[in-house]
Amino acid sequence: MTTATAKLTSTQGYRMVADALWKTNPISKQVLGICSALAVTVQMNTAIVMALALTFVVAFSNLIISMMRNAIPRNIRIIVEVAVIATLVIIADEVLKAFLFNISKQLSVFVGLIITNCIVMGRAETYAMANPPGRSFLDGVANGLGYGSILIGVAFFRELLGSGKILGFQVVPQLAYDLGYTDMGLMLLAPGAFIVIGLFVWLEHSLLKD
Amino acid sequence: MENLLSIFVNSVFVGNILLAYFLGMCSFLAVSKNITTSLGLGVAVIFVLTITTPVNWMIYSFMLAPGALAWAGLAEVDLSFLKLILFIAVIAGIVQLVEMVIDRYSQALYNALGVFLPLITVNCAILGASLFMVERNYTFGETVVYGIGSGVGWALAIISMATIKWKLRYADVPEGLQGFGLNMIITGLMAMAFMLFSGITL
Repeated sequence: MTTATAKLTSTQGYRMVADALWKTNPISKQVLGICSALAVTVQMNTAIVMALALTFVVAFSNLIISMMRNAIPRNIRIIVEVAVIATLVIIADEVLKAFLFNISKQLSVFVGLIITNCIVMGRAETYAMANPPGRSFLDGVANGLGYGSILIGVAFFRELLGSGKILGFQVVPQLAYDLGYTDMGLMLLAPGAFIVIGLFVWLEHSLLKD
Repeated sequence: MENLLSIFVNSVFVGNILLAYFLGMCSFLAVSKNITTSLGLGVAVIFVLTITTPVNWMIYSFMLAPGALAWAGLAEVDLSFLKLILFIAVIAGIVQLVEMVIDRYSQALYNALGVFLPLITVNCAILGASLFMVERNYTFGETVVYGIGSGVGWALAIISMATIKWKLRYADVPEGLQGFGLNMIITGLMAMAFMLFSGITL
């Protein structure tokens, strides 16, 4: 490893992002936020939009709560956190409705359900309440990306196997269909999501063992 | 009547809020280790859903929906963007209220459900049911049935999961698959089984 990369990889910021993406990934390691993770993974474009919406909400809720952390009384902190998160989710929801109406229709209630997503609450409660704004914001971005990486990974396989497309473009050639290849309908249904994520976690645990 | 029955059956089986819409997964995975606890949480979820979904329906229809404020002379006002924050406030408030009422009047029920009630505020199934009820334009009667049905479906899923896990105690599972990975695959197989009910028409 050269000195430049050694310097980069030993900074605190790098370690935070890398850990959130891999070692302490919110979905596969801490088992948080599965609720919305699965429903939006039939296609990659909804998964990407959802990942961005969640990253926005968790990063800014961490920033705002961290800035207010010395002013929030201990015993009403949960309701303050929920109010901040809900406001950010409403902003995200209205922006999606205004600029990406079709995707917002497909995501239906799941953008709203970011409010009860355990990742957002969990980061606000465990990280933002105890750390300065800059680091909390970075932590929010890192966890949002960690969540997004699983979401987009699951969506990739579901869209590829379920409808032979990636991001809406046909990738399985017509020739394959003519030779008798069929799309796997199961992948488009709810059970497909559960099974893909189960196999994903299996792979990740096996790779991380050593 | 037939309509209500079919909404009920649909929300318990085919459109199961957990297995088809993935809502309430966090507490489902965390609590399903033990059958008695899952039963307690299941009953608490039925209870809270039965109360909060109709209350949120009333709030939405009389205050937030476009034109709903006509009775106050404000027919132009559309407050539906406030539904997220109001619904979650109503749920948190009702859960708190239910906890206090049970504590005052039924100590036995409080001992059984008390620990689960705070967990329920952050259960996405509760907020999800309220949002689906708005999206599907249910009437009041349909909303009540839908709330109860979703609760029953969720309870059924978590209790079956706890039972399956109990049976799997001695199973020889590959190392990396143990825990979360296996839980997801079992849930997937359960979801497949529940989908088979979609052939039923009432």
